[in-house]
Amino acid sequence: MKHASSLARISPLAPPEVAITDLTKRFGALTALDAVSLTVRPGTVHALLGENGAGKSTLVKCLMGTYRADGGQIRVDGAEMRLSNPREAQKLGLGMVYQHFTLVPSMSVAENLVLGEEDMPAVIDWPNRRKALREFMDSMPFRLDLDRVVSGLSAGEKQKLEILKQLHLGSRFLILDEPTSVLTPDEADQILGLMRDLAREGRISVVLISHKLREVETYADEVTVLRGGKRVGQGQVSDLGRADMVRMMVGEAPPATERAGAEHVTGAEVLRIDGLSVDNDRGVTAVRDLGLAVRAGEVLGIAGVSGNGQTELVEALAGQRDATGGAITVDGKPFHRTRAEMRDLKIRLLPEDPLRNACVRAMSVAENLSLRSYDEPPFSRWGFWLDRAAIRSHGEELIARFHVKTQGPDALIGTLSGGNVQRTVLARELSEGVRVLIVQNPCFGLDLKAVAEIRSRILAARDDGAAVLLISEDLDEILELSDRIAVMSQGRLVHETPRAAASLQEIGRHMAAH
Amino acid sequence: MTPVAIAQSREAVTINVAAFLLTLALFGVYVTFLGHNPWDVYYVLWLGSFARMISIESTLTNAAPLMLTALCTAIPARAGLLVIGGEGALVVGALAAVLVGVTLGGLPAWLGITLVGLSAAIAGGAWIGAAGALRQRRGVNETISTLLLNYIAIAVMYHLISGPIRDYERVLKTSSWSIPDSLRVGEMPFIDVHWGLGVGVIACLVLYVVMRRTSFGFGVDILGGNQRAAQVAGLPIDRMVILCCFAGGAAAGLAGGFEIMAVHGFASESLAVGFGYAGILVAFLARQNPAAIILMAILLGGITASGGLLQRRFDLPDATTQVLQGILFMIVLASNACYGRIGFLQPKQKAGA
Repeated sequence: MKHASSLARISPLAPPEVAITDLTKRFGALTALDAVSLTVRPGTVHALLGENGAGKSTLVKCLMGTYRADGGQIRVDGAEMRLSNPREAQKLGLGMVYQHFTLVPSMSVAENLVLGEEDMPAVIDWPNRRKALREFMDSMPFRLDLDRVVSGLSAGEKQKLEILKQLHLGSRFLILDEPTSVLTPDEADQILGLMRDLAREGRISVVLISHKLREVETYADEVTVLRGGKRVGQGQVSDLGRADMVRMMVGEAPPATERAGAEHVTGAEVLRIDGLSVDNDRGVTAVRDLGLAVRAGEVLGIAGVSGNGQTELVEALAGQRDATGGAITVDGKPFHRTRAEMRDLKIRLLPEDPLRNACVRAMSVAENLSLRSYDEPPFSRWGFWLDRAAIRSHGEELIARFHVKTQGPDALIGTLSGGNVQRTVLARELSEGVRVLIVQNPCFGLDLKAVAEIRSRILAARDDGAAVLLISEDLDEILELSDRIAVMSQGRLVHETPRAAASLQEIGRHMAAH
Repeated sequence: MTPVAIAQSREAVTINVAAFLLTLALFGVYVTFLGHNPWDVYYVLWLGSFARMISIESTLTNAAPLMLTALCTAIPARAGLLVIGGEGALVVGALAAVLVGVTLGGLPAWLGITLVGLSAAIAGGAWIGAAGALRQRRGVNETISTLLLNYIAIAVMYHLISGPIRDYERVLKTSSWSIPDSLRVGEMPFIDVHWGLGVGVIACLVLYVVMRRTSFGFGVDILGGNQRAAQVAGLPIDRMVILCCFAGGAAAGLAGGFEIMAVHGFASESLAVGFGYAGILVAFLARQNPAAIILMAILLGGITASGGLLQRRFDLPDATTQVLQGILFMIVLASNACYGRIGFLQPKQKAGA
């Protein structure tokens, strides 16, 4: 029977050896991959490290058949492969677990497992199929209840299901694209540990794409480092140190974030939130009775696993979502999220996903830089007449000052890379005095240089006396930037500690507590 | 203009011209099936719309209300709304013009005409403004509500002209009382087209300047481009949406006012003949740009103007020009998918930028 054979394909068969030689891929004039070679030996975890744009995803897409390489070879168990679509890759046992979930939330675990199968019959023989799925689950080192609905699973469980789905399809060579970006540290350790164990048992090989050096050090056997489409380093993880890997990725000593810890003075309370409650899109309370206070010259970092009300909290502060209760005050004055208040109280915002939340795609970089100030002199004369030349020259000035890489002030914002979109928003929000700065996941998906630059700009704003509320899913970022740390779980702040006294275990424990 | 803006206008012009040519080709297929030579039909289309002074005047007369009803879709569209209530706003504006007009007989003509025009605009503005308010306050989809408001407006008109304000002396046609002759507006100098055209052109140009050159228009573009960014910028979204709806509705209401003051003199079923719906097509052809509406309204006015001649000359069914308009609408809507996808029309970009 077919469903039984998919199980059989995992255990007895060894994972294939995948050898990539001189793989090259060009997009027009840009060489995204330049003669990259690497070999993934069966039963190993091979980490792929590199900044954004280094060519990691291009490499993986060539491997999965999404892109056709312009040169070089891919050999699977010695036989040269010309992969032209993901289905062929699937047949060879290559499978990919994407960064974002590809499950159907309203369906059960069993249905999601069957859904991915290559040739699903028109009528599904559920009794038999369930028996086979149960046998499959029993052979796995981690299990999920087949009847649970995916929308009720935690992020870690969803990630496990994604992996189970690939194993169920018979994949013995798994590519994990930043698999832990949405998990608690404990969940991440558990899942990566299980993957490593499966590899050690010789049941699978893993390619792990990650930004997190700690994960690579702990779980990978070998590492390949890419930079600008070229292979710049390769070796056994045990032979390389963290500093070596960072140097390979960045190509120079990493620009250290300046933590002017002793320099800045914490002042009076500026931002205060009392009893704030906010509903999510489905009308369920996402932020409940939340209170906090941030003082001038202080970064309050809010850690937490995504989906615990952080986005709703930021949206309520940004005016994108109505609060169902509570009060927000800035310098003792009530804040109703009007334009006049934002201007007078100097409240600035760096929302996550800036292209979606803080930019207008159909507008130029210069116009996007003027969203806060277009209705004030000198951009608006006599209170209504727009001076587009002034907007443009102001844009040029900010582009230079914040090192935004763009073709010019007239280029549409959508043509910029993620880091430069974030620089544009930073330039707009930070170029004038800031009293309150609300920041959510400012460095998500950015390369190390942009990350360091953006973080030091945030700290500079704090040193100038801004009250900074940092909401981030990246615990390292919270630890690096915050003066005080709180953990958000199920819409509440459940744990608060000064940075100096913070314990990673304690924070992780509160993050994971559901 | 910036290079990007130039590239964008070039793209819009190219795509619209291609859409128009494709429409003519398909219409040619349609008339061929009806047994006519498409080239003859194209020639008559030209003859009836732009070939002679008299056809140009007819074209412009048809274009006048289209300019104003197109604004009813285009202005709210800039704020991100899809309003299709031009037909209803036109009817409501016309009714207001009749009701105010019949009470103002004694006033000097210039004052009376101004007041009638204003009341038509305010009535149309309130009509669509209400749809905007319903959307912002109660979450009612503005496309559905303005569509239904069209039916309501037309039903109210039928109710009024068949009873409360019916002129029983006009036996052949169910209609309302007539406004006094002192409130009728005539033709513009040098051309045999009523003043509605001049007002339409001015309205388009004024709104173009408001949308392109004022901070209000810039705010509306932010809102239409990305509501979440507008929220982050703290813009008064409710007020902007309602204002845009009011402005659009006022334009369509004004079209109704001129239908009364310049064309009919009284309200009747001849008000609801599709100017409001054709205005939607004009707005899409113009890509919601008020200045481009002037040209597109003239184009559509030409099709309407040549319709009668086309039907007489070839003995075509009455609906022929509607078929042509329908094909054009479908192709223009479909051609929206081409924006940003045709390589040689895109702004030049440096590799890797």
